[in-house]
This record gives sequence, structure tokens and C-alpha cells, in this order.
Amino acid sequence: MDSAFIIEKSVVIVVVFAITMIMAMYSTYAERKVAAFLQDRIGPNRAGKFGLLQPLADGLKLFSKEEFFPNTPNRFLFIIGPAIAMTTALMTSAVIPWGDRLHVFGRDVILQATDIDVSLLYIFGVVSVGVYGIMIGGWASNNKFSLMGAVRAASQMVSYEIAMGLSMIALLMMTGTLSLKEISMQQSGLNWNVFYQPLSFLIFLICAFAELNRTPFDLAECESELIGGYHTEYSSMKMGFYLFAEYANMFISAAILSVLFFGGYNYPGMQWMIDNAGVNTANVLGIIALFIKICGFIFFIMWVRWTIPRFRYDQLMNLGWRILIPLSIINIIITGICILAFK
Amino acid sequence: MSTIVIIFYFLAAFTLATAFLTIYSRNPIHSAIYLVLCFFSIAGHYLLFNAQFLALVHIIVYSGAIMVLMLFTIMLMNLNKEDEVHKPRITRIGALVVFLIMSVVFITIFINSKTITGGYDTSGEDFQSIKVLGKVLLNEYLVPFEFISILLLTAMIGTVLLSKKEKKNE
Repeated sequence: MDSAFIIEKSVVIVVVFAITMIMAMYSTYAERKVAAFLQDRIGPNRAGKFGLLQPLADGLKLFSKEEFFPNTPNRFLFIIGPAIAMTTALMTSAVIPWGDRLHVFGRDVILQATDIDVSLLYIFGVVSVGVYGIMIGGWASNNKFSLMGAVRAASQMVSYEIAMGLSMIALLMMTGTLSLKEISMQQSGLNWNVFYQPLSFLIFLICAFAELNRTPFDLAECESELIGGYHTEYSSMKMGFYLFAEYANMFISAAILSVLFFGGYNYPGMQWMIDNAGVNTANVLGIIALFIKICGFIFFIMWVRWTIPRFRYDQLMNLGWRILIPLSIINIIITGICILAFK
Repeated sequence: MSTIVIIFYFLAAFTLATAFLTIYSRNPIHSAIYLVLCFFSIAGHYLLFNAQFLALVHIIVYSGAIMVLMLFTIMLMNLNKEDEVHKPRITRIGALVVFLIMSVVFITIFINSKTITGGYDTSGEDFQSIKVLGKVLLNEYLVPFEFISILLLTAMIGTVLLSKKEKKNE
């Protein structure tokens, strides 16, 4: 392995990390602005122009708050909970292809931290680990409300993972690969998966909401029943990490949705741009296209949050087990029949 | 020592340590957390063989499974009481004997087993890739593969039956 390769990958990883952090930071700002817009308010506008420095001010506030420890015998687990949540939120970005390639310093730089053969399974693996942060933190808080929130988050995650995996199988039957890079390449032009697998997309989207613990599925932090849910006992930056991890996860989910179903970095006429304007221009436009898609999804997630009220817990479980899982199995059968019929 | 060997020893020590801690920690939730760590380090061993698919499936399956285990621990056990159930000495001796017999069986199996990877070594194919794995599973190992699915189905039906029965008794 030559050193240029290592430097190239390190730069890609650092840039991806920085972008994830910045996007998560400004998602908190965007959330408040979107909420304000939907409720006919103004939103944060004191810190900086249009309130653009608001995330920094929030971060500073969280850092300077008092570190409160509840009376718990599991102090270590209490600290490790938000750490796990944050780590897993940042780990997922490693396999997402942010663009095809750039031609810099006479090298082809692949805009992806690593392209493993089983990228999609890697994402599932990391996501299923992510709930341990909530579970461990909620349990170690030594508080009934936290525990209830954590148990809800865990059982919700376990239930919706099944439907998510099954909806993915239908997509995989079509693409024939687990590598996100190849899935992106297959969707060149307007050949996006969402047009072939609309049902799979819908199920994946709903499950993504549930895995993110976002409204209408945020039963884990349902404040009318559970005070604050799993992070009731958390304060200062530990609390900040939980909230920040949620926004980082939101960014990553939006990225995965765009890559899997909305063509990733592809945009109509990309091949024409490569032929006429050079590889770099075309691919920078590709990165911009991907980020527009991601921002669209983030806006959609926020829009849903401020439009649809929270489900009841039994409704949530019914939706997961009785509707989404049978629906995704039917989707697999239909996909199988279609593949047999058209190939 | 090469890096791989150092990583192997580190992982092996970690696996054994967490496995022992799983058994010895008094708190059932701590046990479950150590079990997760143990399974993760086993996934690390798979990665040393370059078996990415196996490692990731291992993490997905077991992290989900242990999450369910933790939920059951919280819901079914009284965590406030920290009293150890006192087991009679004969149970402990019995457990030890069973453990010894099992280890003899396992060691004999591992010594006498003949791996049949020879054919794939020479074929020059990347036998870690999921395409090759799928072909092998559904061609040469089709019958055992289907038997496993029947086994899993039986377990699922059994669970449903058990939970139904409890409802009737109420």
C-alpha cells in the first residue's frame, strides 16, 4: 500500500467526518427554522445573521452546563451510553459513495472512505449496534422513565429492523450486489431504483423514521408520558451527544435513502457532462446533486415531524408487525415474479 | 511478530476475558453487555480470516438477539434483589462433568474434521465474496441449508404456540 493511497483515504475520511458534523450541527438549526416556518413563527434569529450562529451558541451552552450524575451504581455505563450513540452515528458514513471520482494531482480519487463488498450489511450492523447507546444509557440512569424510554426504543428498533431488512432484500434481488458503489453506478441517468421499487422505498422510509426515533415514531422520548425518555437524567454535553447523534443519524439516513433509491450522485445528463465538461466538473456537480437530495430528505423528515402527531405504542407495533412485514414479503414475491418474467 | 498475530492475541484475550466476565458478573444486564462484547470480538476473528460477510452477519444477528435478551432480562427478572440462587453441590459437579465431556467431544471433532476447501483454493475465485458463497450454499450445501430453515421455522412456530398458550390460561 503506497503512502499516497493512505493520505488520500485519510483526507477523504476527515472531510466526510467534518461534513457529517457540520450537517448535523446545521440540521438542528434547520429543524428550528422549519418548525418555525410550518408554525408561522420566525425561529432563531438572534445569534448572527438569520440566527446562523445558533448551533455554535447551543453547543457552547451545552458544554458549559453542569455535569449532573444521578444516583446510579453504573456510572461507567452511564458515561459510555452517549459515547456509543455518537460513535455509531459517525461510523456509518464510511461506506457511502459521495461521488464517483475526482482527478486530482494525476490520481483518481475515489470519493468513498472504503468500498467493501458488503457495504449495505455494514450499515445494518452499525445501526443495530446504535440502539445499545440508548439502551445502556437509559438503563444505567437508574430511573423508571429512562428505562421505559430505553425499552421502547429497543423493542421498536428490533421490530422495524425486520421490515427494513426485508424491504432491502427486494432491492437486492434487483441490483444483485450489496456494494453501495455498484448500486450507485447502476442507477446512472434517471434509472433510479425508486421507479422500480416504490413499495420497497416506502417501507424503507417508514422504517428509517422508526430507527431514527423521530416523530411520529419518537415513543422513546415521548415527553407527555415519559418526561424526556431515555435521556431524562442526562445533562451537559452527554445530553448534547444524544441529540447530536440523532441529527447525525438523520443526515446519514438521508444519504442512504438518496444512494439506494434516488440515484446517489447521478443526475440526468451526467455522461454528457463527463464527455463535454471534463470528469472533475461533472463529478463536483454529482456531489452537489447528492447533497441536494440529502437536504431534500432532511427537510422531508422535519416536515413530517411537524405535521403528523405521535402514534400510540400499540399502533406503532401493529404497523410494524402486521402491516410492514407482510407488505415487504409480498414485495419480495412480486419482485421475484417480475425478475422471472422479464429476464 | 507480525501485526496480524498481535491483533489475534489481543482479540483472543479479549474474547476469553469477556466470556468469563459474562459468566461471573452478578448483574444479568452486565452479563448481557459482556456477551455483546464477546460476540464482537469473535466477529473480529472472522475479519482476520477476511470473512467480511460472516463477520457482519454475526454482528447483525447477535446484536439484535442480545438486545432481545436484555429486554427479557429487564422485563422478567427482579433486578433489585441481588440474591444468588443457591445451587446444590451435585448440580455444580454435574455441570463440570457435562462441560468436560462436551469439551472432549468438541476437541475430537476439531482434530478429526477434514476441511473441504481444497476445491475452492485452486479455482482461483474470491471465495469470500457473497456471490460465490450464495452459489456454494444453494448448490452443494442445499440440503443442509434447507434443513436449517426448517429448524428455524419449527422454533418460530414453537414460540408462537407457547405465547398463545399463556394467553388462554389468563
